[in-house]
Amino acid sequence: MAPLLKLSGVTKSFPGILANDNVDLNVMPGEIHALLGENGAGKSTLVKIIYGLLKPDSGLLEWQGTPLKLLGPSQARALGIGMVFQHFSLFDALTVCENIAIASDSNLSLKTLHSKIMEVSEDYGLPLDPDRYVHSLSVGEKQRIEIIRCLLQSPKLLILDEPTSVLTPQEAKNLFVTLETLAASGCAILYISHKLEEVKRLCMKATILRNGAVVATCDPRLETARTMAERMIGSKLNNIQRRKSPKSGRSRVRINKLSLKSSDPFGIDLKSISLNVSRGEVVGIAGVAGNGQNELMAALSGEVIQSYPNDTIVFDDICVAGMRVSERRAMGSCFVPEERYGHAAIKEMSLKDNALLTSSKNINLVKKGLLQFDAINDLTEKIIFDFDVRTTGSKMESGSLSGGNLQKFILGREILQEPGILIISQPTWGVDAGAALVLRKSLLELAARGCAVLIISQDLDEIFEICDRIAVLYQGNLSALMDTETASMDQVGLLMGGGNGE
Amino acid sequence: MSLIPQFIPKFVLETRVEVSNKWVILSPIIAIILTLFSGIIIFSLMGKDPLLALYTFFIQPVTTLFGVTELLVKATPLVLIGVGLAIGFKANVWNIGAEGQFTMGAIFGGGAALLCNNIESYLVLPFVLLLGILGGGFWGAIPAFFKTRFNANEILTSLMLSYIAVLFLSYLVHGPWRDPGGFNFPESQLFSDYAMLPVLVENSRLNLGSVFAILVVLLGWILIARSIIGFQLRVVGLAPAAAHYAGFKHSGLVWLSFTISGGLAGLAGIAEVSGPIGQLLPSVSPGYGFTAIIVAFLGRLHPVGVLFASLVMALSYIGGENAQIEIGLPAAVTGLFQGVLLFFLLACDVLVRYRIKSSSFISGKRS
Amino acid sequence: MDLLPVILTIITASTPLLLAATGELITEKSGVLNLGVEGMMLIGAIAAFATAVSTGSALLAILAGAFSGALVASVFAVLTLIFLANQVATGLALTIFGVGLSALIGSNFVGVALEPLPKLNVDGVSTIPILGKILFNHDVLVYLSFGMIFLVGWFLSKTRAGLILRAVGESHDSAHALGYSIITVRYLAVIFGGFMSGLGGSYLSLVYTPLWAENMTAGRGWIALALVVFGTWRAGRVAFGAYLFGTITILQLHVQGWGINIASQFMTMLPYIATIVVLVLISRDKGRIRMNAPQCIGKPFHPSK
Repeated sequence: MAPLLKLSGVTKSFPGILANDNVDLNVMPGEIHALLGENGAGKSTLVKIIYGLLKPDSGLLEWQGTPLKLLGPSQARALGIGMVFQHFSLFDALTVCENIAIASDSNLSLKTLHSKIMEVSEDYGLPLDPDRYVHSLSVGEKQRIEIIRCLLQSPKLLILDEPTSVLTPQEAKNLFVTLETLAASGCAILYISHKLEEVKRLCMKATILRNGAVVATCDPRLETARTMAERMIGSKLNNIQRRKSPKSGRSRVRINKLSLKSSDPFGIDLKSISLNVSRGEVVGIAGVAGNGQNELMAALSGEVIQSYPNDTIVFDDICVAGMRVSERRAMGSCFVPEERYGHAAIKEMSLKDNALLTSSKNINLVKKGLLQFDAINDLTEKIIFDFDVRTTGSKMESGSLSGGNLQKFILGREILQEPGILIISQPTWGVDAGAALVLRKSLLELAARGCAVLIISQDLDEIFEICDRIAVLYQGNLSALMDTETASMDQVGLLMGGGNGE
Repeated sequence: MSLIPQFIPKFVLETRVEVSNKWVILSPIIAIILTLFSGIIIFSLMGKDPLLALYTFFIQPVTTLFGVTELLVKATPLVLIGVGLAIGFKANVWNIGAEGQFTMGAIFGGGAALLCNNIESYLVLPFVLLLGILGGGFWGAIPAFFKTRFNANEILTSLMLSYIAVLFLSYLVHGPWRDPGGFNFPESQLFSDYAMLPVLVENSRLNLGSVFAILVVLLGWILIARSIIGFQLRVVGLAPAAAHYAGFKHSGLVWLSFTISGGLAGLAGIAEVSGPIGQLLPSVSPGYGFTAIIVAFLGRLHPVGVLFASLVMALSYIGGENAQIEIGLPAAVTGLFQGVLLFFLLACDVLVRYRIKSSSFISGKRS
Repeated sequence: MDLLPVILTIITASTPLLLAATGELITEKSGVLNLGVEGMMLIGAIAAFATAVSTGSALLAILAGAFSGALVASVFAVLTLIFLANQVATGLALTIFGVGLSALIGSNFVGVALEPLPKLNVDGVSTIPILGKILFNHDVLVYLSFGMIFLVGWFLSKTRAGLILRAVGESHDSAHALGYSIITVRYLAVIFGGFMSGLGGSYLSLVYTPLWAENMTAGRGWIALALVVFGTWRAGRVAFGAYLFGTITILQLHVQGWGINIASQFMTMLPYIATIVVLVLISRDKGRIRMNAPQCIGKPFHPSK
């Protein structure tokens, strides 16, 4: 039987990076085929080539046996290739129906589209109301828009790029049912993921990429997560040393019934959040993006202040609820928000300027209102050296750094201030595996020195790996804290989806 | 897809790894050269000898000492306002109402001068200048208030205030402040010598105001490049969320930007009426507030750059006046040149942040 | 007091604002902030006037005004869409350029008199007392102003092209990812804005005061910009705003006739003060602004691979 899609020797490079190196790929009709690899292995580039967004430098694409030269995504769609991206192309101020209308090639009237959407959403178990405004939808519901949009074009191949990174485990299960229904009807699925347990459950074939080249093809049902992971990384996995949780230290962070109305009309209100973090402890707040993480981060850092009752937010036994960011920093707390560009760092500014960003009250760096350039330079060099930031110099614009290197710089900048309390959101989002390792190690070392560390993260693996206790944030509500040792992934997953966690 | 571009670009803009300092300097120079070429074309179209016109416009005015002093006199308000605007623009605070702040400075300071017209004391001048600065600063504070308190767009509010200020001046010189001994012309009494800026070069109009301009350049440079306030302004201009995260107060910086640029524009205003003009008239500015915007951009939003750019733009003013007299060129040519220069500058500036790369959409290969 | 002539003059005063604001509405909905409305109106005004004087044809004059507005708008479009220049600075440059160029060309036409545009005269209907005059006795540009704002409102909410325009202004990255040409959509929107501003300027020099004077727009372009914000980017409200301002403008002319003894300059200040007031009132409502303002306004678009 001829493959539906066949790639032979596909190569693509960008300045300084060989993204795809002589890649071969075969996808059969009705097959759920995984494309595995670490961040930066070349998966996204490859599927962009298949979808017509990029042109390969060399190599052959064949669709249903015929060689193919794609001029763009619309041609790919016409052939029956659909793609659901990791980052959605949606318009918040428009309705679901309008969003799908914009994204589709056909000139169907909004009324016809409306009924078609309801039809497809029922057939495939993807409940969605066409008249709702996109800004009011959860991330999982937004993804359904993208999927339904593809399904309306009756695809023969559906590509999904890291679809479950924004879903709760329960939503992911529902997605798998949908995908299996699709595959059963003859549609092939190309499933990009780095989550090996999922891939084992869902996929019947896997192609593993490493550094742009295919290193293996296998049947996930016959492999273990460990063997596939080792091929993705290319070496034996080290067992992560789980450090001993500290015996009860004094409480450094106490949050007591924190409620906050979001200033964003499209945001989530925080509802009576309570937690505490002790000296030397790492506490993780799990949750899918869009459940109040940004609001919580802003409330804790002091970027959003409102009048709270006493003792709502307490750092080191001092009530900080009314304090602004700089005042909380002066007390020895540091914060790293989720967004690297335009928030934690400024990409148009040099690393030196970015180093000064959160240290401007440091009397060595600013004397009598004037900047001390030598001291600032020394600090920048120290951050670069201590945290293994790959860059050509402290004068470089921070935008020229890779995500992982910039995150190392940002975290390094905060850690060098020797904080007693560190609150960080999405520490390793979009960061390559090597940098992620450095970042997690730095956080653990910081905690070992007595700092109280609070992590907000979507990555359950990460939370289970480095946190002592876990709570789950859902729609602005925080669950009770659980010990990591006794908590189970399923239990946490249930809470992430709004369940009871029994 | 219904809207595939009909023109498939052969060149794309690729973001540079870091801002090209070479082009920061080169861009205004090329823009000026291109403007001169346009000048040749425009003059030819108007039936004037292009090279003679260029000479009359740009070279002849500065061939005499008096011409040079006139250049500095015209550049002074541009420097004062330009430095203030540059500070604000860097912070993404768009003060477009400098014309109005200039006028208010002239009104407040001029009012003080008229009040003290019979007082003979060396304290009169500092008092007059101070009031001029306060007047401009006050007028600049109003858009700051509306922006920080009500989120109202400062471009529109500051601009509306400009119209209001000019109308107010017209009211004053036609009405309560009209010189009773002035044959019913809409102008105020002449200021006494104690309220006037001392002249620096005999038989010229070059006055102390130009020294203020140099001082302002130096202080502005220290503020922007070497002080923590300058750093905060730059951060706020690039990324307000990062500024907030860093603990910098956005509203405070908006107030600071507007009061500084308003105050400097007010200083320019009082320096003009207590200098070259010597009294209050219905119109005290040939559009300095708007030209200063061009000066700020031409000067790369840097005080030293503003200094050079002011000289260039001042030359365009006196060149225009000279050309009007010598070869009958209409006064409006100056305004046209200034607009064209700004257009060319904006076009050339693309090379500061981007590099031009050729690429083809059809073949899929890098060409 | 005879209300009829007042109403007629209100319509005359509001029309240039409505024309320009309609154009800027489309421009801003696509995500582009064009501050050069004042400049485009002036260029339209002088082009129309010069054409009318030279050819005597009202139709040619109107077309000249509109197309010259569109022409300078395309300079703005090239600079901001292709050269990725800062939109605020480029818009200011357009205004300065427009003031300068119109003054230069206009220097030959100062003091020249012109026959005002002929009014439409629908037989029989125009003679109906009061209503006939209000509805049927205007020149073509007034009818055009109503037609266009209605068309624009329908276009934005009911057509696919309007949906695409809104999407481009809401999130140009998403629209680009979907395959739409941001540059094409915005270019057309900017040109339309220039066309309408040119028409607005033409109205001033052909009808409102059939003569040319330097800077004759007196800030109307800026008021038109404020009207778009005041109308929260919705066609109906923009039209309301234009007429509100027309009323204020006319009111201040009549106030002196009512024996109120304030210096004329303060009356002339009224529209500008009113602009500040409405801006402040509308801008306070952050929620409404978020829902209606095109999110990408003013941001340059550069596709990052």
